[in-house]
Amino acid sequence: MSKTEITAEPGVPQIVITREFDAPRELVLRAYTDPDLLVQWLGPREYTMVIDKWEARDGGQWRYVHTDADGTEYGFHGVFHGTPSLDGAVQTFEFEGWPGRVSLDTATFEDRDGRTLVRTVSCFQSIEDRDGMVASGMERGVHDSHERLTELLSRLQAG
Amino acid sequence: MVDDRLSLVFGALADPIRRAILIRLTQGDATVAELAAPFSVSQPAISRHLKVLETAGLISRTRRATARLSHLQAEPLREVTTWLARYRRFWEESHERLDELLAALQGERNDVSDRDDAV
Repeated sequence: MSKTEITAEPGVPQIVITREFDAPRELVLRAYTDPDLLVQWLGPREYTMVIDKWEARDGGQWRYVHTDADGTEYGFHGVFHGTPSLDGAVQTFEFEGWPGRVSLDTATFEDRDGRTLVRTVSCFQSIEDRDGMVASGMERGVHDSHERLTELLSRLQAG
Repeated sequence: MVDDRLSLVFGALADPIRRAILIRLTQGDATVAELAAPFSVSQPAISRHLKVLETAGLISRTRRATARLSHLQAEPLREVTTWLARYRRFWEESHERLDELLAALQGERNDVSDRDDAV
């Protein structure tokens, strides 16, 4: 079973997310760049996602809005740098609830014997921006639990 | 202020020996000698790690007779886990949905090739 790995190291204004998918990279790239497919997976299930603009080419703009179960809207937008391809996809990313805190996101799609390892690096302008992005939460709140503490500790140990 | 504390906690967690110390302390309080035992580092080095953990609020230290005991303080870790859990949840759920979508798309494609084979 594949597992989403998220790394937010202290002292570096980056978030790195890796995940392996059981599909060839051409298909995974399509899921990341075809707006009809993207709305079917990006975000928690109870969110609705509406794509306002999606010009997947060099200099093209993108914008989408997530709406949570309470009707609260979260807008995001940015610009594509280079046309997304199997060599990677580069775009800027800005949460409209926190204007000016722009990150540069790079996704790469690596072949793993027919499976695909996707690695996304989000590079923020400062560590404060990085922490704020995660803390602001683009998604529902999570209740504290002791299991998570145990889970974190075992993960830290494994790492 | 909460953010400053998060930075301290993350800084403290960014070292494998300090993480191992925290895990050891989940099993109960321990002396410097006990904490140093599994590592090939000196007790003064362990003491320095303990100081970092104490400053981050991750442990407290008390005296029992001549020994100094370290005690795990879990609350700052809970802040960190909450912080990470929100973000992680967003991506884990997205990726599970992508798994399903990719499986469905490949199913369609296999159906088409099955039909091609049949022709």
